[in-house]
Amino acid sequence: MPHLTLSHFLVVSALLFGFGVLAVVTRRNAVAVLMGIELILNAANLNLVAFGRYVAGGISGQVFGLFVIVLAAAEAAVGLAIILAIYQMVRNIDTSQATTLKE
Amino acid sequence: MTITQFNIASASWFRPELALTAGILLLFLLDVLVRKQSRYRVAVLTVAALACVGVAAALLAFQPVESRAMFNGMIASDPFATFWKWLFLGAAALTVLIAARSDEFPSPRIGVFYALLLSVVLGMFLMATSLDLLMLYLAIEMVSLPSYAIAGYKPGDRRAAEASLKYVIYGGVASGIMLFGLSYIYGLVGSTNLTALGVRLESLAAPASAGGQLGLRVALMVAVIFVLCGIGYKIAAVPWHMWCPDVYEGAPTPFVAFLSVGPKAAGFALAVRVFYSFLASGGGPEGFARGLADVPWPAVVGVLSAVTMTLGNLSALHQNNLKRLLAYSSISHAGYALMGLAAASQLGVQSVMIYMLVYLVMNLGAFLAVIAIAQATGSETIADCNGLSRRHPLLAVTFAVFLFSLTGLPPLAGFVGKWYLFVAVLSHYAGDGGAWYVTLAVIAALNTAISLYYYVRIIRAMFIEAPAGELVVRPRVSYQIMLGTFSAALLLFGVWWNPLIEWTQASLTFLTRG
Repeated sequence: MPHLTLSHFLVVSALLFGFGVLAVVTRRNAVAVLMGIELILNAANLNLVAFGRYVAGGISGQVFGLFVIVLAAAEAAVGLAIILAIYQMVRNIDTSQATTLKE
Repeated sequence: MTITQFNIASASWFRPELALTAGILLLFLLDVLVRKQSRYRVAVLTVAALACVGVAAALLAFQPVESRAMFNGMIASDPFATFWKWLFLGAAALTVLIAARSDEFPSPRIGVFYALLLSVVLGMFLMATSLDLLMLYLAIEMVSLPSYAIAGYKPGDRRAAEASLKYVIYGGVASGIMLFGLSYIYGLVGSTNLTALGVRLESLAAPASAGGQLGLRVALMVAVIFVLCGIGYKIAAVPWHMWCPDVYEGAPTPFVAFLSVGPKAAGFALAVRVFYSFLASGGGPEGFARGLADVPWPAVVGVLSAVTMTLGNLSALHQNNLKRLLAYSSISHAGYALMGLAAASQLGVQSVMIYMLVYLVMNLGAFLAVIAIAQATGSETIADCNGLSRRHPLLAVTFAVFLFSLTGLPPLAGFVGKWYLFVAVLSHYAGDGGAWYVTLAVIAALNTAISLYYYVRIIRAMFIEAPAGELVVRPRVSYQIMLGTFSAALLLFGVWWNPLIEWTQASLTFLTRG
């Protein structure tokens, strides 16, 4: 089994980040967009923990990661509540339909 | 400068924030406990919210002003932070007063609104004081999360729900990208502390070590651009401004008034701290100009500033909805204030502080006038202003004062704010890249002329157009008092601006190195 190095983690996190951005840009379902945002946050988390292990030492990277996990949960809760409010009003969570607001 | 290591000792320097935290919990409790008829309920909750802001202000006033890093260097207490805290508390108190008499917050929901509003204020306090990447990210989210909730606060209103959906998606992506950038910075430097970052990045960026390491420099550049993305989103700078007009149009107007001054000012406070501690590869505002990873960051900020003000003003030209118009106008004002950052000097930082202070009064005033008009007519378009000078002269005259001040005409305070931004930029005309600074100033001057056009459109409707039909416009008494006070303050500080200069001058000391 090949030895795992920092670059393995960085490649995986960069891919995760790319998939997250791709999901945000291409998906129309609001829940799928939120999932894209979660992917971006998790990519950053992987970076933080990997850098903490291979570069910085200590626990600050892992602590940062823990805080981000909590924040991601809070953000998902607020986001899903808003999506639910919209769904109850218009029975639809397609972001391309949300066009009441424009000049 | 002292570093207070122990958390208990730090807590005594953290009293205003602790008071706000207690106030937020108290408001949530009161909201459950007070279940009487609606006017009494609104009165109790408003007094409680104002008392909470008042206690925080009193504790802030009695806190000795000196620079120290607290909680193991997580947050700072310095004169610079104190200035912004006063500004945030002022904005919060005025917003509470405006919201108390607004129709947009029905009495069953007002308690939670106050509690969420004060949570945003607590987050802004932390934004202006954070000295650590973790703290900085947490503070931004602390401001954002309650804001998403308040944006969609009107029950059963499709536009409000849509506004909050757009807000949460744009905000989530921007803060996620910023976090990804922060994680790279942590990896490159091996520390999350801004003060340590400044020192370590300097050696990383030094030509000797960065000689063959192109990859390192690219990574650093990408990371800083990602971080800029998060900050740009908070101050609504182009190209991260798309959420701004939609959220301003759909969200409750008293909160929009707060959103356009509070979090924007907090974003600038954070930007100053970040730029001058870790982008300043030499320490202090002047070091910022030398550039990190061979990128002239002040020039980047200057370009952002020019694009932001131009795009904001051009988009505002054809708006008919007053809230949307003020949204684009607030984008262009973020562009003007960015000039102060691009100047990369003590004077530049001071001019940003003066501008944000003046902008607070004039923009809150303009939104208050819009609220008063919308209460009478039921909608908020320029046509609703027709003949306002005959229906309610005080409202029309004060609205005109706010709009002229936003344009930056003397003898109003808006002129003083803009004047200092121009001075900060033009003081570089003889130095390196002087021609670019002059170009930036010329672009800003042209933009001021463009902005006059759409502000005058409103004034023309108020004073020249005939009123459509018999409609009684009678703003609430508290609104009339506030409109009068705001315009008197703008006139006063437009001719006697020494206090502004002295206050901001005394607040210029801030921690860049631990």
